[in-house]
Amino acid sequence: MNYQYPDERGHFGQYGGRYVAETLMPALLELEQAYAEARQDPEFQREIDYYLKHYVGRPSPLYFAERLTNELGGAKIYLKREDLNHTGAHKVNNTVGQILLARRMGKKKVIAETGAGQHGVATATVAALFGMECEVFMGKEDIRRQSLNVYRMKLLGAKVIEVTSGTATLKDAMNDALRHWVTHVRDTFYVIGTVAGPHPYPLLVRDFQSVIGIEAKQQLQEAEGCLPDVAVACIGGGSNAMGLFYPFIDDLSVQLLGVEAAGFGVATGKHAASISAGSPGVLHGNKTYLLQDDDGQIQHAHSISAGLDYPGVGPEHAHLNDIERAQYVSVTDDEALHAFHQLTRLEGIIPALESAHAIAQVIKLAPTLGADKIILVNLSGRGDKDIHTVAESSGVELL
Amino acid sequence: MATMSRIEATFAALRQRQETALIPFITAGDPDLKVAAEIILTLVDAGADLIELGVPFSDPMADGPTIQASSERALAAGTTLSGVLQLVAEVRKKTAVPLILMGYYNPVFCYGVERFVRDAVAAGVDGLLLVDLPPEEAAEISPLLHESGVALITLLAPTTPRERMQRLAAVAEGYLYYVSMTGVTGGQKISPEDIRLAVDDLKGMTNVPVGVGFGITTVADACAVGTFADGVVVGSALVKIIEKYGKSEELLPEVAKFVAELKGGLTALTS
Ligand SMILES: Cc1ncc(COP(=O)(O)O)c(C=O)c1O
Repeated sequence: MNYQYPDERGHFGQYGGRYVAETLMPALLELEQAYAEARQDPEFQREIDYYLKHYVGRPSPLYFAERLTNELGGAKIYLKREDLNHTGAHKVNNTVGQILLARRMGKKKVIAETGAGQHGVATATVAALFGMECEVFMGKEDIRRQSLNVYRMKLLGAKVIEVTSGTATLKDAMNDALRHWVTHVRDTFYVIGTVAGPHPYPLLVRDFQSVIGIEAKQQLQEAEGCLPDVAVACIGGGSNAMGLFYPFIDDLSVQLLGVEAAGFGVATGKHAASISAGSPGVLHGNKTYLLQDDDGQIQHAHSISAGLDYPGVGPEHAHLNDIERAQYVSVTDDEALHAFHQLTRLEGIIPALESAHAIAQVIKLAPTLGADKIILVNLSGRGDKDIHTVAESSGVELL
Repeated sequence: MATMSRIEATFAALRQRQETALIPFITAGDPDLKVAAEIILTLVDAGADLIELGVPFSDPMADGPTIQASSERALAAGTTLSGVLQLVAEVRKKTAVPLILMGYYNPVFCYGVERFVRDAVAAGVDGLLLVDLPPEEAAEISPLLHESGVALITLLAPTTPRERMQRLAAVAEGYLYYVSMTGVTGGQKISPEDIRLAVDDLKGMTNVPVGVGFGITTVADACAVGTFADGVVVGSALVKIIEKYGKSEELLPEVAKFVAELKGGLTALTS
């Protein structure tokens, strides 16, 4: 297999593309051009490498989860520790790349959308680092759920803009960020937080996150002398998954497994499993799988994890699903919570609720595989931000 | 030569009278589809030359708060794309005014592109304006529309580079829609002088009329733009009246009054 996507217009098979208002078209063409040049420039890559190493703390470790492996009694489980990055999640890999690109393009202001607040924090962080003005759009509902991250962003000097339109969650934050961008497109760079949005965002976010899979591949080679049998990651928009999957895409022996949020259960209709239970449509600048009704109106997503609470998915995942290069499954809120506790107690690692979805799938999968098999799972973030949510779910009241 | 479309015939007649087209925008289904039918006929009686009918969408990313709220009201009232097409079919029995559906691509895509084009033609739709479907992505629908004589209206913006304008303006159908400011609908104050420069330039690049919209809210705005544009689109200001009067008895008289004022201002420009 020689995988070559997207095409020059940003399509992954029938998905992706650039479905935006005319006002934004020139900005996207300019961004595409600037990125094409940056991608060829060794100096740009050196700059990214420098900040990833000295600022983010890369490479992140690949950790053999021995006690979890023994408990489950099957395949060996390796955790890619993105939770140990500066700011506590994989999101910063992307914001470092995009802010350096914004600087190259001479932009002075950045905006971002955020759900869990991780991408907002990662954007506010690099904006502080480079002295740029930063505004973060966040749904009212998410501001309530993720108050800790809201305060972190404010400490970092960002302005957090409360979004009350629609369902007041991530999709609406993205709508308002796009509306703001339409109005301020001449001097503002929009830092999108996942492999979604109009071309070239799915491409450049994938590129910036691919450091996850590149490192993991090499680290596993050193530890085990082989490729993993399965690579597992949770799917919100799909950036941590794309970053893990992409460097393995031509290694057909490696199964790529994306884990969506099943919320209360796919059958209840209250979930965020766009690939497992959605249908193709167009939202936020790209064609992809969406949760929508028969009339093409976007439906509410539900997940206990704010970072997965999105009714769409990056277009490349839609394509990988259709060509069957990757498989997509879903786990419920309860399964994710159970996995959260199990990883915490067995390994002393408190995962983000997003990442706990990937762990939950590993808990199901590992016992079905032999001890000679290897599962590589992306631990996309740490769980400090979710402590209140977890406590609430256990009926514990924190001050 | 093929017979003139309703859009072409309307602009040709206006040109003869040296008049600028008044193009009101309303959201189909706000406050509901039944009242929307009455609003459309009221608009025609008060002097509307063409009408843009918004197809409500849950995520109207190019719209400001006024049209977002209007979309939400229409959806809450149960409006669907097939309901909008029925509305068009119904008012088409009573008026020949060109009706342009305006909205976002997803409802059309989910309806099924072929089925949509067939049903739109049958209902009497004259044009389609999809805010988030730039020409680069339009290949799956534009040939079907073209064959059926439904114009796919092209939007151009202040940020559009001149070379791109030339390319898109040369192949435009129906009329060109120039977005009067860098922003969402119902945005901040417009600058008629900047718009004039762009529109004058644009007119040299195309055979179709040039309409201007986004941010035209008063009779004075409409007249300022009407001195050089072939058409002016008034959306949010009208939608605000619909929001204010809802299903009350004052609704239709208030709509008629506002539109008559706009039309009066525009016709006074020629005399
Ligand atoms: C820790 C963590 N993992 C995963 C995600 C989901 O995003 P993506 O699917 O783009 O990796 C988020 C989003 O906020 C996150 O914070």
